[in-house]
Amino acid sequence: MFQLDKDNPTLRLIVRYMVLTLIALIFVTPILFMMMSSLKPDQQLLADTSSIRAFLPIGDISFDNYKAAFERAPIGMFMLNSLLVTGVTVVLGLLVCSMAGFSFVFLNWRGKSIAFSIILATLIVPFETIAIPMLLMVSKLPWLGLDGFSWGWLNSYRVQIIPFIADGLTIFLFAQYFKDLPKELIEASRIEGCSWWQVYWRVVMPLSGPIIATAAILKFLAMYNQYLWPIMVTQQEQYRPVLVGLQYFFQLNTAWGEVMAYLTIITVPVLAFYLALQRAFIASIASTGVKG
Amino acid sequence: MKITKKLALTILSASVLGSAFVSTSAFAKTDLSLWYHGAGNKVEAKVINQIVNDFNNSQDDWNVVLESFPQGSYNDSVVAAALANNLPDILDVDGPVMPNWAWAGYLRPLLIDEAKIADFLPGVKGYWDGKLYSIGLWDSAVAMMTRRSTLNEVGARIPTIDSPWTEEEFNDVLKKLKATGKYDYPLDLGMAESGEWFPYAFSPFLQSFGGDLIDRSTYKTAEGTLNGPEAIAFGEWWQSLFVNGYAPGNSQDPADHETGLLEGKYAMQWYGNWAALKNLNKFGDDALFLPAPDFGHGPKIGAASWQFGVSSASKHPQGASDFIEFALQDKYLAAFSDSIGVIPPTQSAAALTKNYRQGGALAVFYALSKAQALVRPVTPGYIVEAKVFEKALADIADGADVADTLDSAADEINADIEKNRGYSH
Repeated sequence: MFQLDKDNPTLRLIVRYMVLTLIALIFVTPILFMMMSSLKPDQQLLADTSSIRAFLPIGDISFDNYKAAFERAPIGMFMLNSLLVTGVTVVLGLLVCSMAGFSFVFLNWRGKSIAFSIILATLIVPFETIAIPMLLMVSKLPWLGLDGFSWGWLNSYRVQIIPFIADGLTIFLFAQYFKDLPKELIEASRIEGCSWWQVYWRVVMPLSGPIIATAAILKFLAMYNQYLWPIMVTQQEQYRPVLVGLQYFFQLNTAWGEVMAYLTIITVPVLAFYLALQRAFIASIASTGVKG
Repeated sequence: MKITKKLALTILSASVLGSAFVSTSAFAKTDLSLWYHGAGNKVEAKVINQIVNDFNNSQDDWNVVLESFPQGSYNDSVVAAALANNLPDILDVDGPVMPNWAWAGYLRPLLIDEAKIADFLPGVKGYWDGKLYSIGLWDSAVAMMTRRSTLNEVGARIPTIDSPWTEEEFNDVLKKLKATGKYDYPLDLGMAESGEWFPYAFSPFLQSFGGDLIDRSTYKTAEGTLNGPEAIAFGEWWQSLFVNGYAPGNSQDPADHETGLLEGKYAMQWYGNWAALKNLNKFGDDALFLPAPDFGHGPKIGAASWQFGVSSASKHPQGASDFIEFALQDKYLAAFSDSIGVIPPTQSAAALTKNYRQGGALAVFYALSKAQALVRPVTPGYIVEAKVFEKALADIADGADVADTLDSAADEINADIEKNRGYSH
């Protein structure tokens, strides 16, 4: 008769894999449901939701929903807008926030503690509470562009990028990570004659791969999932991002297959970005305990 | 000679410049921005684009520039634009929201000849404070959708507009349908839907009982109308639908709501004209669209859909109104109806449509709109009343005490009216 043996390494491995498989299934099944549903006509999709068929590519399978989704909305433009806004914000955000974190940890300046406390305090302020003051502000800001001087930032990429470059969470993550770097390294660099900029760029940043990856993923997700702000500041279709585009699919009679096709398309960049940075992300979690 | 040559050149230059100016001004049109809620709907876009193009080609003064928004985020976009002082010239507005936008100063009264809309269905005319602020190119209606064979099976009378079911008859039909054991539920109310569906579809039941969201004689209190004896009778009836297992409750699967009637899970469905064609396609002559039951104060259904208005920020209200008046032609009303299934607002436009002309498959919805429609409370506070009503109905469906829930709802609405100093009523 089979006996449960705590010290049996094979059994422990089996149990571990069973638990991990179960957890993986919990996370994978919604994505699987979305992808499979995107291949089915609406009537079949809705009928399948109450059975295991919802997760299987069976029945009347085709790419018709994808074709219809591309006809309903300018998906390419929405994707391009989101990737542009997200990409620029992430790159500039990592640069600005890491410099701010560096300044808080390694430089001495008056009011540093208060400034850091204020930045930390912004973490508990929901965006919705500041959205309207921000809207009033950006609608009156000046801008000097290629077409000359103008007032107001509405209906532009800059209004979706600039207010989100610096954020409290990313600064906090960098500052926490920098605190754990060996002080001797920084001191040695300074003694060797490095300027602060050189310490930041040539010593600290090359050692910060895991936190850069973590901050990049978190910022990417936050920016890619922007919804409220874009509907407030972009009245022109040419600047709308993917999540606003999702609303194009909710009509009086919703075409669920097209909704799933659209969701599948816009999920690809998120998965690709995460997969590209997952090793560094996991390393960051392992070394700092930072969780996304 | 020299002077003469110079003079001739000057005259020539002046003539060229002058003629250029004249010809430019003859063709220079003033742009009018138009915001519309239909992004993502290709057939709707085709009709609105056609109207815009026809209008732009019909005269030399105005050039309407269309910007379409997805419906789900449209109201938020408009409110944000109003805050940022960035409203367009023309915008469309959901009928029951119009008084709020007019009161908030987003809209200005229309400058159109009201004689031209005299024969329009009452639900599409957006009046606030005695002035016409918006006008709709269509209306919508709700009906009890079922099959003739379903009712015949339980020996139920087929109600008509002149002789709708009474409360007793309706409850009896539900009881008999439940007793057949053939259906998961006898009635699908659409509880899987949320938001505006609740006040649009269910407040007419309350009004047929004799209650209302607000006292329409003053628009200053919900006391007595939302929590009086008639409203409590409505609430108890509403709760009985779920207690007796006649209708799925708040946890209804959206997929069942979409296909339940077609697949035979539900015997009847309380739903809108936009879903009627799929029933006709599935059931053919067996499909029925029945009037609302009469719970004592006459049968009622909701009215007012999307309507056009002119923003208070427009520097060209006459041009904006001209566009709206242009859009009211029967051919466009019929085109919207044929393309998206909505109810045309005039008899003459209905006669041009495939489904709403006399004898058409959906003509009953035009008749329902004409006979039973009651607009939702015409007050800026409606947007709060709608949310409060939705929550109260969901709570009662979940088993909350009817009187307490309606009392709380009335208090909440009154507090909002007080906070907003009576909304100018």
